[in-house]
Amino acid sequence: MNVKYMFSLVAVLLLILLAYAGAEAAGMKTFFGIFIPYLAVAVFLIGFIWKVVGWARSPVPFRIPTTCGQQKSLPWMKYSYTDCPYTKTGVVLRMILEVTLFRSLFRNIKFEQHGDRLVYRWEKWLWVAALLFHYAFLVTVIRHLRFFAEPTPFFVQWLEGLDGFMQIGLPGLFLSGVVLAAAAIYLLLRRMLMSEMRYISLPSDYFPLFLIIAIAVSGIMMRYFTKVDVVAVKELTLGLVTFGPTIPEGVGGLFYVHMFLVSVLLIYFPFSKLMHLGGVFMSPTRNLPNNSRAVRHVNPWNYPVKVHTYEEYEDEFREKMIEAGLPVEKGA
Amino acid sequence: MPNKGQKLYDKDKVIAGLVIFVILATFPFWFNLGKAASAPELELTEKAKAAEKCVRDTQYMRDEHMQLLDEWRDTVVRDAKRIYVNERNVGYDMSLSNTCLDCHSNKAEFCDRCHDYTSVNPYCWDCHIDNPKEAK
Repeated sequence: MNVKYMFSLVAVLLLILLAYAGAEAAGMKTFFGIFIPYLAVAVFLIGFIWKVVGWARSPVPFRIPTTCGQQKSLPWMKYSYTDCPYTKTGVVLRMILEVTLFRSLFRNIKFEQHGDRLVYRWEKWLWVAALLFHYAFLVTVIRHLRFFAEPTPFFVQWLEGLDGFMQIGLPGLFLSGVVLAAAAIYLLLRRMLMSEMRYISLPSDYFPLFLIIAIAVSGIMMRYFTKVDVVAVKELTLGLVTFGPTIPEGVGGLFYVHMFLVSVLLIYFPFSKLMHLGGVFMSPTRNLPNNSRAVRHVNPWNYPVKVHTYEEYEDEFREKMIEAGLPVEKGA
Repeated sequence: MPNKGQKLYDKDKVIAGLVIFVILATFPFWFNLGKAASAPELELTEKAKAAEKCVRDTQYMRDEHMQLLDEWRDTVVRDAKRIYVNERNVGYDMSLSNTCLDCHSNKAEFCDRCHDYTSVNPYCWDCHIDNPKEAK
């Protein structure tokens, strides 16, 4: 038992109960099916922009890249083009590697004490799980466009074909859903079971993981186990995006739980660590060329310091200096 | 907002990025602009209307017909059992072509409308085509 993850788990369970009881028992389907989703989208969009604009207003006067390779210096020294980029192209390449392949996580190593020796070890599981998790999430989000677009765009159908190519069961199993839930559970267990990870983990680390696992599980339940009327669900979701919201009959409480949890995720997003979606593009340690040796970067808010140069000093005291026998640059 | 009143650094790049973000995030809103959200209307054939009751009740069929068909397929192929008895104690031949499509022979106005609407592309139709063609 750990208060940090119990707190997050209880919070997510309460949210599930709230949505289920609200939609099923209290009959607040309009509230959970229309009002909350609109609120969530508005908070997400405005909050995201607000956050990014706030970051863009923070001045970054100096180059503060994390140098992960040899910096460009003397012409005969080989330097690392993307890991310590010197040019804009290098920075763009580094950003592409960072955003699409999580380059800096790939660099992850751990060191352990073996007797009296410190040993560095290959540690790629975090990178593997993070990559699987994010891509499965992306595929899942794109797949959900079948509920939010009429007709369903060709790339969504193409992706569904690829995602369900194993043709297991009916409705066909989507690999992304399974991978998403499994990777999220791995990332959660990693924090819960490894003592050093548990030590640095906070409720703000556990809460989004529990929330995303609950979203994935409720989605998987609806598709494969308890079933909802998919046509009615699309009528509801499409009604939202065409600004003609309706609450059709035959949509079960589990759908409202799923929708409410997604809304909570969207509302929570701009105020949490999930903002690394925008933040990765705004990281000064990633998006600045490391050219401090070649280009002079002047702090824009440098206070104009009043200086007294040696020439002025000598002009002021020249006679006294000569009298005292001190050397002067300009003769009397 | 933090840094209120400060200027926006790298204004062009930041605004371009935010515009791309908003366009992507609001895709469903502009993609469906000016379209109605109504669910497809299904047409029942005379035979289906006359039969009045399907294998199971309507809501069950709406939600779970795919699972029922999957079970039917496995039962027929693996156990060679062909009769399905429902909760009203009525037996049905477990056959998509000879039972389901016998009443619902209008695939275009019945099956396809919902399948297209929800972007479902079942591979049932790879073999079982529009009208029953299997010998009874």
